[in-house]
Amino acid sequence: MSAVYVWIETFEGAANPASWEALGAGRQLADAAGVPLTAIVLGENAGAIANEAAQHGAEKAIVCEDATLHGFRLEPYAALLSHLVESNQPKAVVAVGTNSARELLAASAADTNSGLLTEITDMSLASDGSVQVTRPAYAGKVISEVTIDAAGTQFLLLRGRAFTPLDVDESATADITTVDAVLAEDEIATKIEAFEAASGTVNLSDAAIIVSGGRGMANNPAEAPPDAEDPVVWKAKDGFANTLTPLANVLGAAIGASRAAVDAGFIPYAHQVGQTGKTVSPDLYIACGISGAIQHQAGMRTSKIIVAINKDAEAPIFKLARFGIVGDLYEVVPALTEELKKRLGQQ
Amino acid sequence: MHVVVFTRSTPDTAAKVEVDANGQVTWGDAATVVNPWDEYSLEEAILQAQNNGGKSTVIAIGTEMHNDALKHSLAMGLDAAIRVWDDALEGTDSLAWATVAAAAVNKLGDVDLVIFGKESVDVGTDQHNYQTARKLGWPMLSYVAQILEVDYDAKTIKVERMLEQGRQIVTSKLPAVISVMKDINEPRYPSFIGIRKASKAEIPVWSLADLGVDLPATHTSTPTFKNLPKVDIQVEIMQGDIDEQVATLVDRLLEEKVL
Ligand SMILES: Cc1cc2nc3c(=O)[nH]c(=O)nc-3n(C[C@H](O)[C@H](O)[C@H](O)COP(=O)(O)OP(=O)(O)OC[C@H]3O[C@@H](n4cnc5c(N)ncnc54)[C@H](O)[C@@H]3O)c2cc1C
Ligand SMILES: Nc1ncnc2c1ncn2[C@@H]1O[C@H](COP(=O)(O)O)[C@@H](O)[C@H]1O
Repeated sequence: MSAVYVWIETFEGAANPASWEALGAGRQLADAAGVPLTAIVLGENAGAIANEAAQHGAEKAIVCEDATLHGFRLEPYAALLSHLVESNQPKAVVAVGTNSARELLAASAADTNSGLLTEITDMSLASDGSVQVTRPAYAGKVISEVTIDAAGTQFLLLRGRAFTPLDVDESATADITTVDAVLAEDEIATKIEAFEAASGTVNLSDAAIIVSGGRGMANNPAEAPPDAEDPVVWKAKDGFANTLTPLANVLGAAIGASRAAVDAGFIPYAHQVGQTGKTVSPDLYIACGISGAIQHQAGMRTSKIIVAINKDAEAPIFKLARFGIVGDLYEVVPALTEELKKRLGQQ
Repeated sequence: MHVVVFTRSTPDTAAKVEVDANGQVTWGDAATVVNPWDEYSLEEAILQAQNNGGKSTVIAIGTEMHNDALKHSLAMGLDAAIRVWDDALEGTDSLAWATVAAAAVNKLGDVDLVIFGKESVDVGTDQHNYQTARKLGWPMLSYVAQILEVDYDAKTIKVERMLEQGRQIVTSKLPAVISVMKDINEPRYPSFIGIRKASKAEIPVWSLADLGVDLPATHTSTPTFKNLPKVDIQVEIMQGDIDEQVATLVDRLLEEKVL
């Protein structure tokens, strides 16, 4: 049992800061098991990112900057990770469950016939080396408890924002090992042809504040222009752009939406929160014109503070919210935005 | 060409889920539905087979409960359904599952494309798809929002994937495994004739002996369940005129240190 590995996700030569949460969780596991904490950093700029990982708690790092690893692709990443796991038999491989991490850890667990658990919100190491894990299930309506045995490497995917990063130690350095890629370019069946960055600013999954709009966004008092293809869609889109976005901007928040808003074409699917959208866990979630259906709750109920703005005092969202305003979002949101500008000194 | 899709039944998302005295989940007599994410993969399998003069097969691995999802799939228009089950699978984990799934695809023999939904809404594991691809040794294209080009003779596929950071265009060789997102299509409802035909269909059940596989060791325990800790959230509704309401709300948010 050589180490606890933490995969540091990178994108265009920078680390995804959510990876520092995985180092925080990995540190506890490594200390309890009495093994070092090793960052696995693959892709562009991996060496520099390994130094950053050291400041966030890794004492060792394994890096590979091979050109086949520029831009995440499952085949070359999984081939290398599986090779490292087979040769070094780490105690565990830990990552925050982003899209790429889910694929990578699942694939590598399959390659090495190891156990895998996903969406972990809490975990502890037992004296026999097994890891006991807590994860939500059934749309967050219940908690599930599962144990992963100590027979092989334990693959552990964490829910975002469920674990805390360590304090940064700027003087810390890691003992870095450089390794070669396992697959050559002509052995890889997939090729990335093009990439178009998403327009929106903040990524929902790691946003500290989210402002979300639902079907109620359609009740915008603004007049749709006569040539608008669909006046209802125009009003809702105008509301997202000119009423919700200014609030999100003062708060540095990401924009979310209910499925009703997405299905009606008010906003792209990438913004959907809920059972068939993103699961989020921000410090503050402001739901505007969202009724709070069980499937929406599934994606946001673990938010620290929920604020509901809804004109219907009976809406189920008020059962989940800590604070509520019963009123028309098109009056409340602009007033709240102005108040926040004043109070946060952003005149 | 031959396209395979995997699906399963899940409790209706609106069902009231409860934990019984043995730590197991029950949902009373609420109906099960086809895993909602799979409506898109089933629709895509039908479209691919229709548009390319091929055949579509749907597979569920599990107990009889999953016949409901298979019948729903047949009613939508899938050509054939297979259920894989063996008592030896009871209590195993996703490794065994993926090994069996890959064996079933290999037994069919002529498969060009395997399609999955994004995840199971009930357990939300999101791992069976990738693990099946690895057990098959095929490339995996996940989060596919659009199939841009596919050539079953030249054995190539080009797709648009939706990632957290943006949209990516990727090409791959076939055979491959893909998992699809909501954006990809508009799932159809089963037709009346489809439902009648499906209700009469005999669904074959393949055992481990039929597949000729040995299962890898299981490393994870069967989950037990608990209710959420009771949190008594008492909502505080802001009072006064709108200016007072938003001012108090900002006070509260500052007190809670979430700004
Ligand atoms: C399998 C399945 C999966 C699903 N997955 C998801 C999911 O991932 N995410 C999701 O969100 N939903 C999901 N749903 C849909 C869910 O059941 C609800 O239909 C949806 O969440 C409702 O969205 P909404 O709250 O915006 O709309 P509604 O329920 O119509 O609520 C609109 C609210 O806006 C309020 N309102 C209207 N005008 C104003 C105004 N001017 N000011 C203030 N308030 C106003 C109304 O009082 C009302 O409460 C799923 C459903 C199924 C069956
Ligand atoms: N027992 C099963 N039989 C068939 N398909 C399944 C089964 N379990 C999961 N899947 C499919 O695998 C995909 C990923 O699910 P999961 O990994 O369970 O979140 C979804 O499309 C599921 O429908």
